[in-house]
Amino acid sequence: MEAVNQRAKELLEKGEIKAVLGYAKGTGHVRRPHFARKAGQVDQLVLDAACLQNLAVYVTKHEVKKLGKVAVIALPATQRAILQLMAERQLRDGELVILAVDGEAVKELDSAAALEEHLALKAQGLDAKDKALLAELDAMSREQRWVYWQNELSRCMKCYACRNSCPMCYCGTCTMDCNRPQWVPVASHGIGNLEYHAVRTMHLAGRCVECGECGRACPVGIPVHLLTFAAEESIHEQFGQRAGAKAKLDYALSTFKTDDKESFIR
Amino acid sequence: MANTYNLSHESLNSLFGALRKDGRRIMAPVEAGGRTELAEVETPAQVASDYLQTILSAKEVAFPKVERLLSYTIAPGQVDLKDTEPKAVPTVLFGVRPCEAKAFGALDAVFNWDYRDKFFNARIEQLAVIGLSCTKADEACFCTSVGGGPADATGSDILLTPKEGGYLAEVCTEKGAAILNLAPDLFKPGNGVDKAAITAKVEQAFDQPALTTKLPGIFESEVWTDQALRCIGCGACAFVCPTCVCFDIQEEADPKKGERLRCWDSCGFHLFTLHASGHNPREVQGARWRQRVYHKFSYYPERYDMLGCVGCGKCTRACPVDMNLKEHLIEAAGVKA
Repeated sequence: MEAVNQRAKELLEKGEIKAVLGYAKGTGHVRRPHFARKAGQVDQLVLDAACLQNLAVYVTKHEVKKLGKVAVIALPATQRAILQLMAERQLRDGELVILAVDGEAVKELDSAAALEEHLALKAQGLDAKDKALLAELDAMSREQRWVYWQNELSRCMKCYACRNSCPMCYCGTCTMDCNRPQWVPVASHGIGNLEYHAVRTMHLAGRCVECGECGRACPVGIPVHLLTFAAEESIHEQFGQRAGAKAKLDYALSTFKTDDKESFIR
Repeated sequence: MANTYNLSHESLNSLFGALRKDGRRIMAPVEAGGRTELAEVETPAQVASDYLQTILSAKEVAFPKVERLLSYTIAPGQVDLKDTEPKAVPTVLFGVRPCEAKAFGALDAVFNWDYRDKFFNARIEQLAVIGLSCTKADEACFCTSVGGGPADATGSDILLTPKEGGYLAEVCTEKGAAILNLAPDLFKPGNGVDKAAITAKVEQAFDQPALTTKLPGIFESEVWTDQALRCIGCGACAFVCPTCVCFDIQEEADPKKGERLRCWDSCGFHLFTLHASGHNPREVQGARWRQRVYHKFSYYPERYDMLGCVGCGKCTRACPVDMNLKEHLIEAAGVKA
């Protein structure tokens, strides 16, 4: 932490960046995202096991871009999300200073190629709890799974905390908010909730960096991250791809290859 | 002036029975998968035993997240329009905190401002609130800074305060008296109990009247942009809020039939009050966040002579990025006008 704060302070003092995005102490034991905009504010930044949020959600926001160049204190999930955003051309090389934190070491990265190389050294895996939950869902019959999700999604009120906390949900206006024409029921009733979560899942299949932010963000405790995790794992199984791993976009669900192993599509 | 009684645990059990016999649904906080939620119960044993607050507010009882206002069918040369009549079930809201009981007043101010909303009113008429004083609070709570308190009876028809062997019961309204009259023997003459000694201590965090006076002068302050920098623009705060009353009217229709629905809305959303012309009165998150604060602490006092916030702290607890309202208000109170 000291090394990363030291470097952040230097960058701010030299005027190379306008803000450092990291974590600060929040209510109770919570850690919250924090923008340090003066060298003197860098000391408020903390980095410990309670820092969970994927900070990449901020780097595409116009309010944040308006600040000028930002340095991001990036844990692995944030790194993967930034790489995926670069692959999807939402960020250019050099637009951010990425202070990639690995234990005590800090690596300063600023391009998709550098991120790809850095992330290639790290094994990505779901944590044990989520793995177990996915296995439980997998073991259910379709009918049981249907009942499970009907029950969970009945609590959804469409506050969109899951969507808005997701770094990959950067669309200016989401299809869900569109009412002329209304593609998906806007109201938070049974079918409205189901369609929203089904669309969100499909839109993130192959793009989800499996940070779990959506599930943490849900105020009513719906494990919505399991939906996108399951879709992402399925993409990995069938196409061998992982979101947030490559600098060049090769998106399974929108790429056609003449040598596809499935004959029906050729 | 409230009449004060003692209500033992056994008597509460009998009271639940009497309420149900009277045809009333009892809604109370229950434990559900590690969360505290409002649900229908039959006995006090089903009520959560140790809770601070429910995640969602009790406003759903009178102002559901989706409400059908009307429906219609279209045939060649004919439109059949059907008004929806409100369905109100006699309901007793048991065990809500004083902050939430008080919050119904803020909803009432809007739903009976220039138009009497028949859906809200039908449910409120059928609703009685048995509040429960707080014996604990957390860092998000600030009721005492907004004119409330852990044992404030405002909004409760009966307010219970836990004490040895049962509760101190303050019967505050006619609706409360009607409940008492269902089983008058259960309510024993009460004695003076020092409520302040039993209930939670919530320090006053800021000078609200001074803040309200100051707000019009700091509209252009940088503080709103700075505070909103980490806001992700979701609706969690507004949807869990017991006083947030904004709604959006949505039409769900096909060429043959349709329904008009009233849905919760949030000033945090970037499309909130977007004009048909394309003009957005609040284009950046800082302006939307400022709207949230001003609506509760400036426009509400100006328009309805009350606050649009009860200091329950639900927004702070629900926020995915820990936007702590109390902290932000303290900061705003310190801004030089």
